[in-house]
Amino acid sequence: MNNQPILEVQEATKSFGGIVAVNRVSLDVRDGEILGIIGPNGSGKTTLINCITGFIKMTSGKVLFRGKNISGKPAHKIADMGITRTFQIMRPYYSLPCYKNLVIPLFSPRAKRTGGWRGGGKLGDRDTVGIDILEEIGFERDSFVPYKIASTLPTGYLKRLELARCLALKPEIIICDEIFSGLSMSEIASMVPLIERLQMDGITLIMIEHRLRELFRVANRVMVLNFGEKVIEGSPEEVMADDKVKEVYFGSEEVEEVMSHA
Amino acid sequence: MDILIYGTINSMALALMALGFALVYGISRVPNFAHGALYVISGFVTWGFVRALGVNYLLSIFLTMIIIGVIGALIYQFILIRVRGMAISEIIASYAIGLAILEGLRWGGFKGMTYTLPVFVEGSVDIAEIPVDFHRLVVVGIGGAVVAFLWLFTHHTRIGLALRGMAQDERAALMLGIDSDLMAVVAMALGSMLAGLAAILLLPLGNIVVEAGYNVLILAIAVCIVGGLGSWMGAVLAAFLIGFAQILTVRYLGSHYQMVVALLAIIFTLILRPSGLFGQQKELEERV
Amino acid sequence: MNNEQRRRERLDRGIKVRTDGLYAIMSLRELCYLTVPRLVLIVGMLVLPLVMPSMYWQRVISIVCIYALLALGFDFLAHFVGLVCLGGAFFIGVGGYLAAILNTFLGFPPVVTIPIATLLGGAICTLLLLPCLPLRGVYFAIVTLMYPLVLMRIIEALNILGGTDGIMGVASFANRWIEQYFVISMVVLFLFGLRRLVNLDIGLVFRAVKDNDQAVRASGMNITFYKAIAVFVASCLGCLGGACLVHIYMWSGISLFALDFSILPIAATVIGGAGTVVGPVLGCFILVPISELLRAFGTLRIVFYCLILVAFIVFRSEGIMVYGQRKYHQFERWVTI
Repeated sequence: MNNQPILEVQEATKSFGGIVAVNRVSLDVRDGEILGIIGPNGSGKTTLINCITGFIKMTSGKVLFRGKNISGKPAHKIADMGITRTFQIMRPYYSLPCYKNLVIPLFSPRAKRTGGWRGGGKLGDRDTVGIDILEEIGFERDSFVPYKIASTLPTGYLKRLELARCLALKPEIIICDEIFSGLSMSEIASMVPLIERLQMDGITLIMIEHRLRELFRVANRVMVLNFGEKVIEGSPEEVMADDKVKEVYFGSEEVEEVMSHA
Repeated sequence: MDILIYGTINSMALALMALGFALVYGISRVPNFAHGALYVISGFVTWGFVRALGVNYLLSIFLTMIIIGVIGALIYQFILIRVRGMAISEIIASYAIGLAILEGLRWGGFKGMTYTLPVFVEGSVDIAEIPVDFHRLVVVGIGGAVVAFLWLFTHHTRIGLALRGMAQDERAALMLGIDSDLMAVVAMALGSMLAGLAAILLLPLGNIVVEAGYNVLILAIAVCIVGGLGSWMGAVLAAFLIGFAQILTVRYLGSHYQMVVALLAIIFTLILRPSGLFGQQKELEERV
Repeated sequence: MNNEQRRRERLDRGIKVRTDGLYAIMSLRELCYLTVPRLVLIVGMLVLPLVMPSMYWQRVISIVCIYALLALGFDFLAHFVGLVCLGGAFFIGVGGYLAAILNTFLGFPPVVTIPIATLLGGAICTLLLLPCLPLRGVYFAIVTLMYPLVLMRIIEALNILGGTDGIMGVASFANRWIEQYFVISMVVLFLFGLRRLVNLDIGLVFRAVKDNDQAVRASGMNITFYKAIAVFVASCLGCLGGACLVHIYMWSGISLFALDFSILPIAATVIGGAGTVVGPVLGCFILVPISELLRAFGTLRIVFYCLILVAFIVFRSEGIMVYGQRKYHQFERWVTI
């Protein structure tokens, strides 16, 4: 992990008509780190991600990836460069079995360029490669899980399938939008090592999360957003101890009350 | 000068044709491909009342509007409601109904030049030395009134506001207690009545032909796309754009190029600014 | 608790599970299970011209096949890519006029005009439909609805390409057997070809575009490009049909843009079973002869297709082939809970 910023966002702003969803947010992400983005609902986290990944056009601001300006590029070009994301409302390809779900990302130009996995090559058998990738995220090859139609799987599996979809592209950055939400404790327990292993493989992760305990365990740095503005940025301990963050989550009146009783 | 006058008349006519379609799409997101069919039916129903049954003209108009509103509501209630939400089926069903009605009318022997409606007021007046039929002035006048009425209706009455609410976000409207099915029926009825009104105003200027149904559909769609699907103010503005463009082409290139204008307008809009002039579609599309 | 309820269960037959994916065909019985339906289809279609009682009915078979090409294209676009094409007449018209022009003005024989009209027509149609491809589905429906109507009026108004009279004197096929077997073999070819296509990797991408296009974008693929490929395939099918039609009738006019060509494929798909590629072809075999019989009633036949179509859609009928496939592959039983 070195200190080069792999992704820089400068003064990103997005307004929908009269509502400013993201207000001059700047951040930078260093190569190989895990950055957490937290904040109450409606604070603009998903909008920020949509701006970075090209699903929404920013009203103003710049996004730089390894120094290159990628603001305003279409979503598929940005994904092609190595910035992948998962979706908050998961949508696998419901009518296809799991391993076929991965054929689509493997068909993309980026997957073809990065040579597939373990020598898939241009005409590699994507089905086999798909099963290999599923094994990486914990769907065992011998079980029936990879062959089940995606609509029959529970949430935990689908979240991992989303991650697999990103991994198929051999990404440099994965942006996870609320990947721990809706999971049981045991499902989270199996996701956390996966995330840690992704970091060890050199992939940079940006995680939007509501489940703070799990996030603080893995994140190197955390950023707090509120009403579209950046409140603070720092290590998990710094953020947890900060008064402003408490205000953001608990409201200002309560903090005053708590403070006056202290 | 005469371009200004003819342009305004043409634009108002287009606006009247398009508003019904824009209203229905804006509120229930169902493209009403039966719009042209409803237009032609209104024409024939009015003709039936006025010529065949000898009913007073004004009363016939009133009755026709009610009947056509009911027909529209029935179409929605019995057919479209069952396929609500399934985009492919909605489109196919609406198209099939429209075609069934139009071709049914064509088979029923309703073709040929024998069907006309009388104009409201005979005679013409000279504006800046250009003869303009009174009836066309009436079209412009009523057209303007309709636009103003719509604006007031959707901004100041409960039902109108409910319709706008549904147009913006159906789920939110549902949570506020607005019955989306009922609103969609209302929208469809209103849209059909607008089609009927357009028919009543415009058909006296020519004959009632089944082909007019298809022409109206094409023009209404063209205007709505240029104005932004779902925005009725956009439709009005687009009607003026296309209306004047058509008159200019007729003047300088010849009258056969009118349809070409409509087609080119659609293509240019889709290439340059797909959401149309006032369309909110782009924004909605961006929600991931 | 005496609250017993019965529920219907559908299970795949054992033989289907064994033969899925062609993993283990161990016996003649399993081989037959797979191949017999397909053989029946192929042999049936090839034998058809021989058993038709008169030349009139042989011509009907050719027309059925042309509609079948359109219906294949419609089913492919609507159920595998998510694009509803409301104007099949557009493809027929473009392909037909192209073939007629190539034949009458440039003197190419049908053997040359048909392939050129197919590919060139496909390219032209795709190009004309390109502006609406990056947008949502309803725009595609609207634009395909409008193109045949508008083009018909433009040709009529500007009096180009023969105007209302059309282009006459187009050469016909060498011999009526060639005419028939050519279109029949095209239909069979594309039927199996499309079935293969939707299971190839690129076919999966199409189906993914239908299911969830944002995810496809997030995987780094340009949706417009893939939609364009799908539209190209479907429009080639339609243009092929148009080119053949023009050579069969030896004439090309604005009636090529008639509503028949737009609505009958849709009705055939819905009746025959959407999503199964065979269904639309079957639907055509049912609807086109009926339409011929109803010719005496003028445009009533269009009303007829539309009403049946609406009935099927509203009552959510699955279509004949879907029902048939279900019966063939699955068995049902009642289970008490």
